[in-house]
This record gives sequence, C-alpha cells and structure tokens, in this order.
Amino acid sequence: MKLIYEKSQSGRRGIGVPQPDGLDVPEVPAELRRKEPPRLPELAEPEVLRHFTELSTRNFGIDTGFYPLGSCTMKYNPRINERLVGLPGFAQLHPLVEDDAAQGALELEWELEQILLQVTGLDAVSLQPAAGSQGELTGLMLFHAYFADRGEDEQRTNIVIPDTAHGTNPASVTMAGYKLTPVRTDQRGNIDVADLRTKVDEHTAGLMLTNPSTLGLFDENIEEIERIFHGVGALMYYDGANLNAVCGISRPGDMGFDVVHINLHKTFSQPHGGGGPGGGPIAVREMLEPFLPVPVVARDGDTFRLDYDRPKSIGKVRAFSGPFGVFVRSYAFMRSYGPALREMSEVAVLNANYMLARLKDTYDVPYERLCMHEFVLSARTLKREHGVSALDVAKRLMDYGFHPPTIYFPLVVPEALMIEPTESEAKETLDAFCEALIAIAREAANEPDTVHSAPHSRPVKRLDEVRAAKEVVVKYRFDDHPAVEGAGDRQVEAQKGV
Amino acid sequence: MAASESYPDELLYHSEHDWARIDGDEATLGVTWFAQDALGELVHYEAPDIGSTVAKDASYGEVESVKAVSDLISPLSGEVLEVNQKVVDAPETVNEDPYGDGWLIRIRMSGAGERDQLLSAAEYRKVLEDA
Amino acid sequence: MSYLSVTDADREAMLAAIGVSTVDELFRDIPAGMRYRQELAVKPALPEAELQRHFEELAAKNVVDEVCFLGAGIYDHYVPAVVDAVLQRGELLTAYTPYQPEMSQGVLQAIFEYQTAICELTGMDVSNASGYDGTTVAADACFVAKHATGRAKVVVTEATNPQVRQVVKTYAPGFGLDVVEVPHEGGATDPDRIKKAAADAALVIFQQPNFFGVLEAAPDLAAAANDAGAMPVAHVDLVSLGVLEAPGAYGCAMAIGEGQSAGNAMSYGGPHYGFLAARSDYVRRLPGRIVGETVDAAGERGYVLTLQTREQHIRREKATSNITTNQTLLALAGLVHLSLLGPQGLRELGETCLALAQHAKAELQKAGLELAFPDKATFKEFAVRTGRNAREALAEARKKGVYAGYPLGRDYAGLDDALLVAVTEKRTVEEIAQLVEALS
Repeated sequence: MKLIYEKSQSGRRGIGVPQPDGLDVPEVPAELRRKEPPRLPELAEPEVLRHFTELSTRNFGIDTGFYPLGSCTMKYNPRINERLVGLPGFAQLHPLVEDDAAQGALELEWELEQILLQVTGLDAVSLQPAAGSQGELTGLMLFHAYFADRGEDEQRTNIVIPDTAHGTNPASVTMAGYKLTPVRTDQRGNIDVADLRTKVDEHTAGLMLTNPSTLGLFDENIEEIERIFHGVGALMYYDGANLNAVCGISRPGDMGFDVVHINLHKTFSQPHGGGGPGGGPIAVREMLEPFLPVPVVARDGDTFRLDYDRPKSIGKVRAFSGPFGVFVRSYAFMRSYGPALREMSEVAVLNANYMLARLKDTYDVPYERLCMHEFVLSARTLKREHGVSALDVAKRLMDYGFHPPTIYFPLVVPEALMIEPTESEAKETLDAFCEALIAIAREAANEPDTVHSAPHSRPVKRLDEVRAAKEVVVKYRFDDHPAVEGAGDRQVEAQKGV
Repeated sequence: MAASESYPDELLYHSEHDWARIDGDEATLGVTWFAQDALGELVHYEAPDIGSTVAKDASYGEVESVKAVSDLISPLSGEVLEVNQKVVDAPETVNEDPYGDGWLIRIRMSGAGERDQLLSAAEYRKVLEDA
Repeated sequence: MSYLSVTDADREAMLAAIGVSTVDELFRDIPAGMRYRQELAVKPALPEAELQRHFEELAAKNVVDEVCFLGAGIYDHYVPAVVDAVLQRGELLTAYTPYQPEMSQGVLQAIFEYQTAICELTGMDVSNASGYDGTTVAADACFVAKHATGRAKVVVTEATNPQVRQVVKTYAPGFGLDVVEVPHEGGATDPDRIKKAAADAALVIFQQPNFFGVLEAAPDLAAAANDAGAMPVAHVDLVSLGVLEAPGAYGCAMAIGEGQSAGNAMSYGGPHYGFLAARSDYVRRLPGRIVGETVDAAGERGYVLTLQTREQHIRREKATSNITTNQTLLALAGLVHLSLLGPQGLRELGETCLALAQHAKAELQKAGLELAFPDKATFKEFAVRTGRNAREALAEARKKGVYAGYPLGRDYAGLDDALLVAVTEKRTVEEIAQLVEALS
C-alpha cells in the first residue's frame, strides 16, 4: 500500500487550528525562522483515518488472535482499562501540578506500589523506570550507590549473568559501567553452580537472574545461588520478565533477591502498542531504599505527596514519577483480579505445561522437565531431517492464523521456538495451535516447499532483510525515493483481477 | 553465490575461525568458510584504519549479517597496510570467496614466532570436528 | 474471573494430559521454603462496574478544571479525535514489536512514516522508532557521542530542561562521562561560553526554545560546538518546527526531544515518547528500533526492523543501548497528529502559540508585571516576575481558577519570584485576561 506521503496533495489538511482574531504573530528572528516547510502529509481528515485503518488491517494483535510470543507475555488487554486511562481527571492532569491537585493520581500510584510490594515480597518501590530495561539499569545504579555508600564500589566491578539471559541484561551492565561475568547453564537448564563458584568473589557486585529463566524453568539451585552471592556481600537482581509465572506463588524477595523490576506491560497487561509503552517499576529491599530515584510517593495520613528530599538518591532516570497512564491500566488490571492474581499465574503455567505435553513428541524438548509459564522447543530434528528451520515453522504458523512464537532465543537452544500462551487463552485455542504445529511438522516431511515458502496468506511474502541492511532506506525520500515494482499494492491488484 | 566448504592447505588458521596467508614479512587475513557459513550473508564490514596496529588474539574489526555480529580476531600482530575495499563495498564477497576476493586486511607482521602458534588446515579441521 | 476461559473440566483434562493431579504439582521445582502459601494481601477484586466507579472517584480527586498555563516540558495542546480512533484499533494497540514482519506491516509502515516525519521536522537523515521520553533521549545522545568521538565530557546548557539535565547526570557516571553545565545569561546561552566548555567535549546539548521559552542563538551554539569538535545536539519541541528552523539546517549532529506536544495527552507525565534523530554518519550507533524499506519474495515493497545488530538481543554487552520496549504507540499518536496538521497546520499552530504568548506577555506587562528576560524573543512560553514568591502567587491565582505556571525557583537561584507561563493554542484571549487578573 502507499505511504501516507504518497497520498499527499498540496493544499489539503486534516484539522484546523484556532486563530484568535486581532492578534499579531510576532516575527521570529530571520536566522531562527524555518526556511523550507517540512514535507508532512497533506490529506483531509477522512483519508488520514482511512490510511491508518488500512495499516491496522495489515497488522496482527492480541485482539486479532493467539500471540504466543515467548518472553513477551502477550495477554489480553482489558478494554475497560482504556476507558479508565482516558478519564479527564487522569488524561488532562499536568505532571507538574502541586501535589494537592494530584491526590487521586498519587493515591493510585501509592496503591499500585502496595500491590507490587505484596507480589515481590520487598520493602520499597520506585515507579519511575519506563520499561524493564530501564528498571535493570536503575537497579544496577542502585548497586553502585549502595556499594559506594559502604566504600566498596571501586572493589566490586563485576556482574554475573547466565548465558540464557535476555540481551538487555549484559547491555544494562555495560551502560551502568560494570563488567560482565558470564556463567554457564547446566544439563537441567539451571545455572551451573560449579561454574558459578569459580566466578563469584569480592569483586562481584551482584547477579542478574531471570527466574523462571528464559527457558521457562525455575532454577532448582536458587537457595544455593543465594548463599553464594550474599556470602560474599554481593547483591541479587531479579529480572521480572517472567513474573507472570509466580504471582502469589513465589516471591522474589523470598527467593533472596534485593532488587526486582516488574514489567507492568507484561504481567499486568499493558497493550504493547506495536513496541511500547511499557513500565518498569523496581522494588527493593530496605537497605536500598535511600538510593531510589526521586521523586518517591509518600503518604502522610490521608494525603499523598511527591518526596524529593532524598539526599542519597541516584537522581532521576526519566521525567516525573513515571509513565502514569501505564499505572492506571495496571492498577485496574490488578484490582480486577484482587488476590486471584495467583490464579492468573496458575493458569498461565497450566496452559504452558499442557501445550508442552501435547508437543513434546513432535518437536525436540531440550530439558525434560515441567515448565513454568513458557517453554522452549527445538526444531533441530526437522532441520536435520527435512531442512525445515524454526524460521520456516514460524512463517508457516501465520498461514494457520497464529502469530509465531519467539524464535532463535534463548541462544543456548539451537532452532529454538519459545512459546508463552499466557493465562488468557482458552483450551480450544491451545489445542488449535498445537495441532497446527503438529501439522506443520507433517508438512515438513511431506511438502517442505510449502513450509519453506510460507507465509502464503499475509499481505506480503517473506521480506528481504539482507537488502534492508545493505541498502539502508529508513525514511521516505520523496522525489528521490527508490522505485519498487508493484509498490506493495498486491491486494488492490488482486481485486482488479476479479 | 556461496562458496562450498574448504580449508586450503597453504593457509594458517586461528581457532576463532580466521586465516592468514603469509608472504615474507606481510600477511593477508580473512575469515574461514566455517565463519561465514555460521554468520550467513554478510551485510557489513567494520574495517580497521590503515596504519593502525592489530594484536594477535585481539579484535581488529567486525563483520555482521542481518542477525549476528562477529569480532574479527587477528591471528597475528602487526600494522595494517591495506583494507579490502571490495569487502567494505560488497560484504557478501566474503561469502562468495572467503579465501580469495573476500580477504579482509593485509598487515606487516611484528610478532616474531607468532606464526608458529597458528594451526595447519588439518589441525583447524580437527577444531571444527571437536566443537 | 472474566479474563480467564479455563473451566473445571478443562483443568482436569489438561492436568491429565500433563500427567499430574493438581495445579500445585506444576510448581514442584520451587523449593518449599520459597513457596508463598498465604493469600496475597491485596484488596478484593472489583467487577467492572465497580472498577469504573473506583477510578472515577480517584480521577475526581485530581484538579483538572483550572485554566492551564503550566508547561515546563509538557503542554496542554489539543489532541485530535482521530488520534484516539487510530490508537484504539486493536491490531495496532495490542501488537508487540514487529519481530515477524509479515504479521506487522501496519506497525512497520507506520514507524517508517514516523521516522520520515521526524527527519523532515528536524532536518536529519535517520530517526529511531522512539525513546522513552524527552529526558532519556538526551542520555542516549550522550552514549552515541561518547563512542563517536571518544571523548568523555558532556556539556549541557543550564537553560536546558532541569529534568533532562538530572537524567543526563544520573546516567553519566555509568557511561564514564563528566557533565559540565554552562550557565545562562539573562535567559539565554552565550556561544562563547559554549566554545570554551566544548573544547574536549563529546557533545553539547542545548534546548531550542530553551526551558525559559527563550529562542537561543541556536546556529551560533551549534557552530561553537562544531568548532570545538563536539557534536551539537538540539533538544527541540516538534510543535515549534513549523516556524523555527530545523536543527539539521544549522549544523546539529543530532536532534532530540519530548514528543508529547504532538499527539499525546499530558496524563500526569506519561507514557509519552522521546524522539531521536541524527545525521547518517551515526546510523550504526543509534539506540533502539529502526525500520527500513525492502522488498518481499515477490519483489513488492515492504518494511522490516533493520540494522538490528546494533541492538541488545544481538550485540548484548556491546549494544548501542539496552532499550527494548519503546514508545511506539505514543509515537504513532504523534504521526497521526502531524499527518492531520500537515505543513500548513503545523505552521499555523506555531503561529497561534506565538501570537497568544505575545499577547499574554503584553497584557501582563500592561498590568504592571515584569518579564524575567524582557529583551528575549520567545515561542510559546515565557518567564514573568510576580513581585513575590512565585509559589504564593500561584496559590493565589489557583483560588481564581487559573493554574498560572511553573515556579522557576524550584530549579533556578534568583528566580524565586518568577513563573514560567505556557500558552498553547487551546488558550483564549479571555483566559489570558483571567491569567492577568489572577496574577495582578
């Protein structure tokens, strides 16, 4: 389909702007004034709406169908939450108003914190981080501040991370000015404790761990791991990416973790918006509370305020107290469940294990264990015997009406398919997806070309990522834009053909 | 068009999947067939500056495919005399001809005795089999 | 629980297929000492109708009916209805990062169009798909500049938004960067001071219009940075770029900013989006997602995430950033708003802000108030001296239904009596009269 810029016609516009009578527009000094107008699209309002509606028809969301993208917790996003976030008392509230004008917002933030404290089993919360990755970085900044306060910051230079970790963990380590110490995974998918013992010492600042891991496995050695780190005075960071497995079932604080980030957009249902927004609050143990970012929500009796008077604070990691609209939705989600948040996690884990049980005879299972809220299969045998890769399987799933799982992650499993159903899905959906995967395995043997050339039912065929990386076109170039045969109007042409 | 698997006998190898062709006190460096096959079609070559020094076992640049990035590990120490501009312009040259047109840099060697620590083609094949 | 489909019969069948007899058994890998056996101590569940009422009660405790002259980085601009309509399309709202391009052409094309709009507005070659907000993109710029220049110092003007400066200072130690602030003189920054400070700096961050609403001599600031071999980085307001020059046109290496002005409700500070755009020299150092154009197997045009080897999921500890989840939905809102405005609308929007702010300045002066920086040209915001502690003046004004502005004494010594007043296109001449009355 055409780009919106290709639909533009000079002189059209989609919205008017108030123009107060009788006021002069002051001159902008000539050297600061815009010379060439920006080439924004020029369309009337109906065409703008249609353009984006057409784009939406070329996209797939949870509202469209099953989206078992492992590690991303693509659960149902209740529509009531969208209505609530739009209440004028929230949407039209300026973040810099005096606290007396924001009592409802502050109360909501405070109540959200109370639930997060219950779920994590820790002592204090900062809502500020904008997403999980920023929560990680904030947590590591707290490590620095805590050790600096104890005179140990120079000495403790290393952060230990298992090889199954999300790439965000090592990236956060670098951004925080720490050095990475990788640790291996053992035969059962746990951290290799023998390897770990050789790597943890007085130079260790801490551990970053996702538990359950990206393999969907709860680390059976967690008690031992806790003793190893705390034994040398190091701290433990819990990557909450997989918290959806354990709400009300096991609390990171009880596992020994000192800092936890919570991906509000995953566990507590934020529409992922095609990439974001998210929310990445962190919960910490008491000794880290003085270092939390400012402001902190404080309660005095029945009133709430933002407390900036934190002399040991690391500072700020984003503006204001955090992404408030995300808090509204997540708090609404939590209040919809109440204590049944445990049932949410139970069903997520039940769904994942059910799918694993149905698929384990068809695909390779790298670790023969019960899983938590997600599991990893391997297409290694399909690849070896039929030349059909995890990528091929993923693309073929699209033709069955499903969003593919995460593929080629974690890196320790070849031809990985990482499947996370979440609690939102009905058994019939899980069955249909499993049957599709089983059917694709059959196709791989009988008609591999059908699988190799999938998808067949999407608005585009497989896309040439090599070309995109070599001939970098990252914006529309107007008159100089490279010409492409067909310009992506397949659907329109098909209709003409009829 | 990807090349087929080979490890020429006249080259010396480094276990990080790099090769060296030694000519007097100069050497031409590249990556092995195994390396380019593991990465897939290359889309970018981050080359060192001419005149910079490279150290044995250290990274002197990077090659990238769409989904992977790999450090280039120098099998030998020395000064960079030349960078293969053809690979900068068309990185897939490495996939097509890893030991010929797909060479990466030419250096003047500075580390006496380093060549003796490199692997023969047979020894490198053994590394691949054991992996 | 109405968000769950599972029935007792389902549960029995599924447990049987798994080969366990209870749900509890599924958690047997968790050491007994780490199992939480109590009920979560949270308030009881609310059915939807009660949830609505509870949130309405909370929302009612916030004060949003005062006439808003508060800005300081977040502005009360109008958000068109079409923005809401597009954002509620479930296929866009409930999708995630377009890892599978064949499932995600809608979002991918939208991001490509957003990148184009940001590049057009800023005069840059490449934009990422969004950063968290207008503060974090400044930290991102520091990381880019550190690696691009090999230098270890950040220069940021004191007239840059205080929260932007705070975030830069929070990130800088981890990056191994020192931060130097260049003071303002009478509300604006002296290019000579920038030139001296930038001598060994990786980048110079300045804001245009600056935090006081004042138009900096931006081309001179950029030139001073360039002369010193530092990357000039302009922090700009999208809404101003119909009337103000694009940073790319006066030599900036990067342009960053808070995108809220275009398409986002104020929402007590978020979620919004930060934009980050750069010259093509820096494309491989940029943080975050970037969408590129390509073709499919049939030769037709399509879009994919590109240059992903920069990112954490591939380059891990050597990545250009740890960012993963970004602010795509909010950036999409920005794109829709900008698409509705077009070049003409964006210019008119800027002109309306200019005209109304100028009118407010004149009326306040007529009423005997002094401007903090009277000889400076401004855009939609300006600082006025209230003749007393500005927080007191604000409290008085609020009693008359006017939220008159931001007390600059919160961040700047010597400006305890000054309010920063923002005037968007939503304000009217009558409301400006109320402001004057409330501050007189």
